[in-house]
Amino acid sequence: MTSLPPFVLFFAGALVVAVTRGAVRKAVVLAVPLAGLAVLWAGAGQDVAANGAQQYLTWELIGYTLSPFRADKLSLLFGYLFHIAAFLGFVYALHLGDGAPDGSVAGDVGEDDVVGNARAGLQHVAAMLYAGSALGAVFAGDFITLFVFWELLAITSVFLIWARDSERSYATGFRYLIIHVVSGVLLLSGALVLAHGTGSITFDHVGLDGTGAAGWILLIAFGIKAGFPLAHNWITEAYPESTPTGTVFLSAFTTKVAVYALARGFAGADPLIYIGTAMTFFPIFFAVLENDLRRVLGYSMINQIGFMVAGIGIGTNMAVNGAVAHAFADVIFKGLLFMAMGAVMTMTGRTKGTDLGGLYKTMPFTATLCIVGAAAISAFPLFSAFVTKSMIMVAAIEEHHYVVWLFMLFASAGVLEHAGIKIPFFSFFAHDSGIRTREPPRNMLVAMSIGAVLCVAIGVFPSQFYTLLPLEMDYHPYDLRHVLTQLQLLAFGALGFVTLVKTGVYPDEKRAVHIDAEVLYRKLGPWLVRTVGALALRIDAYVRASVLEFVRTSLGAVDRSHGEMGPLARSWPAGSMILWVALLLAAYLIFYL
Amino acid sequence: MSHGHHGHHEVKEPIGWMDRPEKVRLFFRFFYVICAALFAAEFLLLGAENAHPHPLEERMRFFVYPVYGFLSFWFLVLLARPMRTLLIRSEDYYEGGGRYREPGAGEGGHD
Repeated sequence: MTSLPPFVLFFAGALVVAVTRGAVRKAVVLAVPLAGLAVLWAGAGQDVAANGAQQYLTWELIGYTLSPFRADKLSLLFGYLFHIAAFLGFVYALHLGDGAPDGSVAGDVGEDDVVGNARAGLQHVAAMLYAGSALGAVFAGDFITLFVFWELLAITSVFLIWARDSERSYATGFRYLIIHVVSGVLLLSGALVLAHGTGSITFDHVGLDGTGAAGWILLIAFGIKAGFPLAHNWITEAYPESTPTGTVFLSAFTTKVAVYALARGFAGADPLIYIGTAMTFFPIFFAVLENDLRRVLGYSMINQIGFMVAGIGIGTNMAVNGAVAHAFADVIFKGLLFMAMGAVMTMTGRTKGTDLGGLYKTMPFTATLCIVGAAAISAFPLFSAFVTKSMIMVAAIEEHHYVVWLFMLFASAGVLEHAGIKIPFFSFFAHDSGIRTREPPRNMLVAMSIGAVLCVAIGVFPSQFYTLLPLEMDYHPYDLRHVLTQLQLLAFGALGFVTLVKTGVYPDEKRAVHIDAEVLYRKLGPWLVRTVGALALRIDAYVRASVLEFVRTSLGAVDRSHGEMGPLARSWPAGSMILWVALLLAAYLIFYL
Repeated sequence: MSHGHHGHHEVKEPIGWMDRPEKVRLFFRFFYVICAALFAAEFLLLGAENAHPHPLEERMRFFVYPVYGFLSFWFLVLLARPMRTLLIRSEDYYEGGGRYREPGAGEGGHD
């Protein structure tokens, strides 16, 4: 079992899920991630701990070595994480197919089918294949295997968007697919260029020094999936359009596979520091303005990945450990927040700040769990991000990236604003929307509770968590200065929020969209195609008309000279010919004499 | 598909703590006390070692984090507001809609 790549169990599980129903299917979706986690921990996990990195399978293919199961501490960390995320996701999605839950008022806005059924079988199968693809990608030891799973990630996850079964979700899904397929094509191109230079397809550190175009192509391929600036809108488009359960899976895998790939391939690449810092910074402004709370979490996702990308760019042991540790923590706390918003959507059919508020009265347990997730992402002491994000920030100071640190500190306050306060405040508190519902189904509460426990466990027992991290380091997050300064930052940030709301400066939620880079391909691109197309048609029509006119004029001229009555078509008498010859002779003589 | 279990017919109109002004006042008082305590706690840091000092901490010496946290929120919002004026569009903008119109406003408005 040790040498069996972890994705195999998930792909086999997907087959079983496809042909089973009811309780059997529910048992299978829960058993697969748990069994997979146990096998990975007891097998490769122990082996790597004792003997170091391992390649369990290798195949020769036209002179290149394929290695579909390479295990080391980095891939194992993500392997464990994806098993846990899959388990949480399936617990959360267990009720699918049972119809809208008791007490749900989603039917009032026509969403009862989306929150209760929404192609349950398809979602379970797609999620199982999607989780398997993520595992396949992080255990891939070569670029070809990585490429295959990279594309499978896109193809399997798009069904979680299409499961919403709306015109908008279909369009969003197609855009999502195109963007991710482009990323895959770039990955393959970069890998081929690299292999041409090095003769190897092994996926190890690539970097930007000495790898020329291959390095940059691969960086862009990874960057598209990680949500680099200008390529980030697939996240904010897809997450709000998926089903309540689908978004929980979507938020766990794709971007974290990209973070893993960056950590393995580009640790220490300087541009990542600045790309990551930009990612922490710009989304928080959109998050303030955005009305759809799942889209707010999409922006929050980009912001958090920014910290990870910057950490990878800094490249020291502590920074890279911080980046991957933060990826681990993010899957749990962001998953918890998406689950809380999914629970709200399941019970109310709504996710917009303008529609929600006051739900703490009828969903107090969900509100509490959401606040735990909010505290975790905001990096309150004793919660997960406090012990993960701080590694990246300390590393920034140690490496003298002082301006970067200032941006990160600002972005940390921004996280508190949109994820720590706005998400719970506008959904559960604020103005009472009058929506009266109940707590979500028990399976959703259980999944959220496990997520909340993990958020606290990582925050309370960091040293145990740090043993999973891939690199050696010496870091202790709990000292008086760190705890106190972080509490000061958060408390006075919150005080800033209170003063902004009380003075009326804080902007109201509005039923509107705020244009972002997506306008380039959703509006400007189509407009350009239409405009250039229309211009081309007009030029074409003009050229055709001009040529026709020219031909018509020429034919007229020829007709005039050579037509029936044309002078050149006339028969000339011999006398006039002799006259012309005589004239020409005379001219000739005059000219030469 | 279930259509028949809409909870608002069954649940009594609940009264939450936010409906009671005295509890809301108490909550805010508690929050302000915490802020004041954390502000005062700056003096605890006087003797504490700082293993990774940032130039900003060295230059300002005191109250770096409370000031930075508070100003960050104001900066964030004060920059987001003009951004909204520039970027806001109708909800169906990508489905053919255009400018954002304030609910109830006859002509296009903005924040």
